[in-house]
Amino acid sequence: MNFLSIFDVIGPNMIGPSSSHTAGAVSIALMARKLFSEDIQKVTFTLYGSFAKTYRGHGTDRALLGGILGFPTYDERIRDAFEHAEEMGVEYKYIIDEQTVTNHPNTADIDLVGVTGRTMSIRGESIGGGKMKIVRIDGIDVEFTGEYSTLIVRQIDKPGVVAHITQALSEHNVNIAFMRLFREDKGATAYTVVESDEAIPETVLEQIRSNKNVSDLMLIQI
Amino acid sequence: MDFYTGQDLLNKCHEESLPISEIMKIREIANTHRDAECINKKLETALTIMKNAAHKPLDNPSKSIGGLIGGEAKKVADHAAEGKNVCGSVLSKAISYSMAVLEVNASMGLIVAAPTAGSAGVLPGVLLALCDEQNLSDETLYKGLLNASAIGYLLMRNASVAGAEAGCQAEVGAASAMAASAIVEMMGGTPEMCLNAAGFALSNLLGLVCDPIAGLVESPCQSRNAIGVANAITSAELALSGIAHPIPFDEMAEAMLRVGRSLPFELRETAMGGCAGTPTGCTLGCNICAK
Repeated sequence: MNFLSIFDVIGPNMIGPSSSHTAGAVSIALMARKLFSEDIQKVTFTLYGSFAKTYRGHGTDRALLGGILGFPTYDERIRDAFEHAEEMGVEYKYIIDEQTVTNHPNTADIDLVGVTGRTMSIRGESIGGGKMKIVRIDGIDVEFTGEYSTLIVRQIDKPGVVAHITQALSEHNVNIAFMRLFREDKGATAYTVVESDEAIPETVLEQIRSNKNVSDLMLIQI
Repeated sequence: MDFYTGQDLLNKCHEESLPISEIMKIREIANTHRDAECINKKLETALTIMKNAAHKPLDNPSKSIGGLIGGEAKKVADHAAEGKNVCGSVLSKAISYSMAVLEVNASMGLIVAAPTAGSAGVLPGVLLALCDEQNLSDETLYKGLLNASAIGYLLMRNASVAGAEAGCQAEVGAASAMAASAIVEMMGGTPEMCLNAAGFALSNLLGLVCDPIAGLVESPCQSRNAIGVANAITSAELALSGIAHPIPFDEMAEAMLRVGRSLPFELRETAMGGCAGTPTGCTLGCNICAK
């Protein structure tokens, strides 16, 4: 069991009304924004399960949009997220899907289009108490929570890439807490997700990027 | 340093001759990167949010998103101001503050989940009412928060604080146990008395179901927070008077979890039974979803 701090009990400080349907939704969208790391021009949210059924009364729609705009779970601007999005020039759209059955009842897809035209699609689950996990990036199943410093490497599934990544981390003295490889098909796109207790230095990114089979890197620092 | 049960916690209090709040602080420092200063800062932030949420609806009531609540805290405060309240000023204030926090929560305002959003009114309601009536300092309130977090941690670890898992007894029941124990320490009671108060609070709400109308954190959640403060104050009064609960806290926590698990799923936050399942509850639910 993870260590439960004073502030896991007296907390989180959050915009109501629901830790799972509001705070958790903000956290999923905030993580999507971090993973995308480009100014967002347009966002489409697809809400499933309980999110689809009760989003209005829980403000899940505004919570997701607030996260995309970079508002943390305790930011009172979340209530007026629609107005803020218009001011900031971010287009948004919601698709309510009550038919599709997902693994978790509180699931949302976030499809992003950046100012350069680049796109990214992220699926997140709100797993209770304001906690969340990212379970899909661009159609590939992954799994991480952002509670640790997290490095996500998009790569071609070829021999030696994982060794290259661990070698680089080792040379930068990064202690790996968890590491997993996710792929769709042999030889196709894959993701390596590395989680560490301490900060992962930016300098390690250069070295990992030098492998020709590595196509993208995302770093989430705690 | 860590503790895993109420008995463990009591042993630590005796070994160190320290109250529950101090043991909880030492545990936090030993197991996280936070020092005492950082903990105090975070407690200060939490208390400020609690104070704002407890007071704002008394001047500016606002309707909840679902439209089921709004303005109740002000009504209770106004009623008391007319000198008509029947439950005395501490309880009347605690009720009003706790309902105010739920109103802020339901209208997308800022609150501190303690331990959950749906039960967020109980702890600030009790602490702030007591603060008004007994002129308590913020330092005393921090002790109350620390003490409450120890009880909440044990319930999160060994029972449940999720309505979907164990009903409202796990949310408002847990918040009420936390608040009861906090009052006892703030009023000079011993660690044993704190756990007795928490045990009374749990046993008094044992079996309480989670049945939110339309699945929203509005009604009956808001008035359940009011009953949570009444239960906390009552339980603390019993413990401070020297009455011991016959069942130890750890066994009460386990009983709460077992009762919760044996509740049918209609009564665990699914909005299918209890208040939500009544003809009127269903109609209200349909109307809100169709909006």
